Amino acid sequence: MIPNPLRDRRDRRIPRLAGPCVLVLFGVTGDLASKKLLPAIYDLANRGLLPPGFSLVGFARRNWEDEDFARITHDAVKAHARTPFREEVWQQLAEGIRFVPGEFADDGAFDNLALTVAELDAERGTGGNYAFYLSVPPDAFPVVVEQLKRSGLSSPPETESGRRPWRRVVIEKPFGHDLQSARELNAILDAVFPPESVFRIDHYLGKETVQNLLAMRFSNTLFEPIWNRGYVDHVQITMAEDIGIGGRAGYYDGIGAARDVIQNHLLQLLALTAMEEPLSFAAESLRAEKEKALSAVQIPADPAVYTARGQYSAGWQGGLPVRGFLEEDGIPPDSSTETYAAIRLTIDNRRWAGVPFYLRTGKRLPTRMTEIAVIFQRAPHLPFDATDTKELGQNALVIRVQPDEGVTLRFGSKVPGSAMEVRDVNMDFAYGESFTESSPEAYERLLLDVLIGDPPLFPRQEEVELSWQILDPIEDFWAKHDKPEQYPAGTPGPASADRMLARDGRAWRRL
Amino acid sequence: MLTDLTDTTTADIRAALAKTRDQMGGPATGVVLNLIIMTDESGQHDAVRAASQAGREHPCRVLAVIARDSRAASRLDAELRSGEGTPGQTVLLRLYGPMSEHADSVIFPLLVPDTPVVTWWHGLLPAVPSAQPLGLLAQRRITDAARAKAPTEALAALSAGYKPGDTDLSWTRATPWRSLLAATVDQEEHEIIAGVVSAEESNPTAELLTAWLSSKLRVGFSQTISGGPGITEVRLQTTAGAVVISRPDGRVATLTRPGQPDRHVALQRRDIADLLAEELRRLDPDEIYGESLACVAGIPATTG
Repeated sequence: MIPNPLRDRRDRRIPRLAGPCVLVLFGVTGDLASKKLLPAIYDLANRGLLPPGFSLVGFARRNWEDEDFARITHDAVKAHARTPFREEVWQQLAEGIRFVPGEFADDGAFDNLALTVAELDAERGTGGNYAFYLSVPPDAFPVVVEQLKRSGLSSPPETESGRRPWRRVVIEKPFGHDLQSARELNAILDAVFPPESVFRIDHYLGKETVQNLLAMRFSNTLFEPIWNRGYVDHVQITMAEDIGIGGRAGYYDGIGAARDVIQNHLLQLLALTAMEEPLSFAAESLRAEKEKALSAVQIPADPAVYTARGQYSAGWQGGLPVRGFLEEDGIPPDSSTETYAAIRLTIDNRRWAGVPFYLRTGKRLPTRMTEIAVIFQRAPHLPFDATDTKELGQNALVIRVQPDEGVTLRFGSKVPGSAMEVRDVNMDFAYGESFTESSPEAYERLLLDVLIGDPPLFPRQEEVELSWQILDPIEDFWAKHDKPEQYPAGTPGPASADRMLARDGRAWRRL
Repeated sequence: MLTDLTDTTTADIRAALAKTRDQMGGPATGVVLNLIIMTDESGQHDAVRAASQAGREHPCRVLAVIARDSRAASRLDAELRSGEGTPGQTVLLRLYGPMSEHADSVIFPLLVPDTPVVTWWHGLLPAVPSAQPLGLLAQRRITDAARAKAPTEALAALSAGYKPGDTDLSWTRATPWRSLLAATVDQEEHEIIAGVVSAEESNPTAELLTAWLSSKLRVGFSQTISGGPGITEVRLQTTAGAVVISRPDGRVATLTRPGQPDRHVALQRRDIADLLAEELRRLDPDEIYGESLACVAGIPATTG
C-alpha cells in the first residue's frame, strides 16, 4: 500500500484515529459497561477519535429494542462521561447504536447479530471490521467464542479490492483461575482467533501514571543508575480498596484477592518496575522485557512466613459500621476466600538479587490507594550526631497510580533552626490532567488501541501464564493450610502481614 | 485568593506570589509552563479565562500583560489570582506610560525558573513574533491571524516573518479537519487528482488547510467562498469520483464517497481554551505549520 501523504511523523497534532469499524459489546448490562465502557466510547467520539460511521452493537439477554439500548447508553454517558455532553456528538453516535437480544446459546441470536453487523456495513460503511468486547463471566467464554465461529463472525471474507477486514476480540480478567484454566481459556480463543487479534485488558496499563513510569525510568538519567540492588532496599506495590466485595459475591467467593488483583495488576506493575530497558516501545520489545522479569521472579521458600492472607471482619470503615466478609450476602459463613493477600517475591537477576518486592492488596482497608514505592537504602555513613538524624527515614520514590495520580520523592532535609536536625520531606508532582478521576481515561486509551490494533499495553498469553506460575504454588499452599486471618474492616490488614515485614526489619507504608 | 497591588514593583509581586504559595500550603502541583499573554483591557477577560481552563491540563503561571494609557506616567498595577479552581497562579499586569514599551523588564523577574515560556498574542498581532522581546525568550509564540482586521494579509505577514517556534491558532483550528482528512485518505484506494476547500471569506484556517493539502498531496487545490461558518466543505477529486466532507452547520460533518453510504461525524468548532490546550501540549517547533505557512503564498487566487 502507498503511504498516506497526509501522515507525517513530524505532525504530532493529528491524533491516532481508528478506521471504520463496529464494536460489538457482550455484557452491556454489567456495571463495567455503564460506568466505564459506554462513557469511554462517547468520550472518544467527543474527542473526534472515532471514525465516521462508527457503530456500536449491544448483545444481552434483554427484551430490548435499539432505542432501549440507546437510552441506557445515553444515561450511562450522562452520568459517567468525562467530557461535556454535546447533543450533536451523541446524535451521530446514537445513529449507529444497535441491539441484538438473545442468549449466548441461541444460534438464532448470533445469526441475527451477523445480519445486524452486515447491515451496518452497508448502511454506515463500517467496512466489515469488527471488534468483539467480551464483558462476560468466564464460564460464558467458550459458548460465545464458539458462536462467533459458527456464525462466521470470527472469519472475515476477503473484499473485492483484496483488503481483508480485521477481527479483534477483547477479554477482561480473570484470565483463568490458575495456570491450567488459563491455558484452557486460551486454547478456546486460540482455536478461533489468532494470538495477535486477542486483546487482554488490564486497565491499570492504560493509566497515565503507569505509562509515565516508563517515561520516568527510561527518559531520565537520574533514576536508572540507582534502580538496582546497589541502591534499592526493597519495593512495595500496593493496591488497597476501601470497599467490600459489594455485589460481586458470586464471582469473588473461591477467587479471592490474590487471583483477583495480584495475578494481573500487581504482577504487571512489578514487571514494569523491574524490567530492563526495552529496545523500543513496540509491543514485541516491551512484552519481551516484561516476560524476562516475570520469568526471574522467585516465590518465597517458606510461604508460611513470607505470605499473608486475611478476611475482613465487621468493623468501622471511614466512619460507617460495615459487615464482615463472612456476613456478606452470598458468601458461605465458612468461606476460606481471602480478601487480603500479601506476598514477598524476589527477582533472581543481577539487577535485583536480594531485593524483596512486597505485594499486597486488600478490601475494606482504611483508604483506596494504588502505588509503587521504591524504597532506597540508608546512606552508608551519616556525618551527623545520631540524634540529628533520628527522624530521617529511607529515601523513597513513590509512583501514585490512583486515585491521586503523580510522583512523590521522599528525602531528608534540614529543619530550619539553629540546630542541625534532618527529617523526611516530600517532593510531589502531579500533572494537570490527573486532577479529575481518570480511570475511564484508561478505558478510553485501551479501547482506542484495540480499534487501531496497537498492542503494547495489552499483556499476552505468555505473561498471563508466567503470572499463574508465580501464584499457583502459593495458592496451593494456602489451600492446604489454615483459613485466612480475620482483620477488622477499616484497619490496614492482618497482623501476619505486619509480622512478615517485621521479620525482615521493615514495615509497610501507611495506608 | 486575590491580591491587588497598585503602583507596585516586580520585587513586591514576587514576594506576594511567594506569600500566597506559602499561605496555601504550597500548590498541589508543579507548574510546567510560563504563559505570557499579550492583550488589552477588552480582551484580557476572555484570554485569562481560556488560559485558566487550559491550565487545568497544563498547570502554568499566567502572566497577562495589559498595555494601558501610553501617555501616562510609568506605573505598574498587578492583580494576583491563585487557587481559583485552577492550578498554578495568574498575574494580571497593567503597564502605564513608557513602561508598556518595556514589558520584558517586568516579565523577566516573574518567570518561574527552569520552566518553558510560551507567549500568546491575544488580539494584538505582531508582524514578526520572534523579533519581539517577549517573543524572543519564548519556546513557542502563539498568534491568531483570525483576529486581525485583514486575516489573509496577516497570514502573509506571519509567513514572511516565520521562525521555528511560531504557531497560529488558525492552524490549530484546522486540526480536526486535518485528522479527519488524514483518516479519509487512509481509506482511499484511488488517486487524488485535485481538490477544493470551501469556507467563508478571508478565513486563514482555510488558507492553511488548502496549503497543507496541496503541498502534501502534490495536486492543485482551489478555494471557493461559502457562507460559513468557518470551513464548510473539502472536496477531494479522485480517479473514481469525488470524496466530500461537508460541514454546513459547524457541528456535524458528512463524509460522502462514491459507491458507499454517507457517514456522519461530529466536527465541532472549538473554543479558544481547547485551542490553547492543544498548543500547550507540545513545545517544539511545528514544522508542518511552517511548511504550510510557506505554501500559503502560492495558492491560486480566490474565486467566487
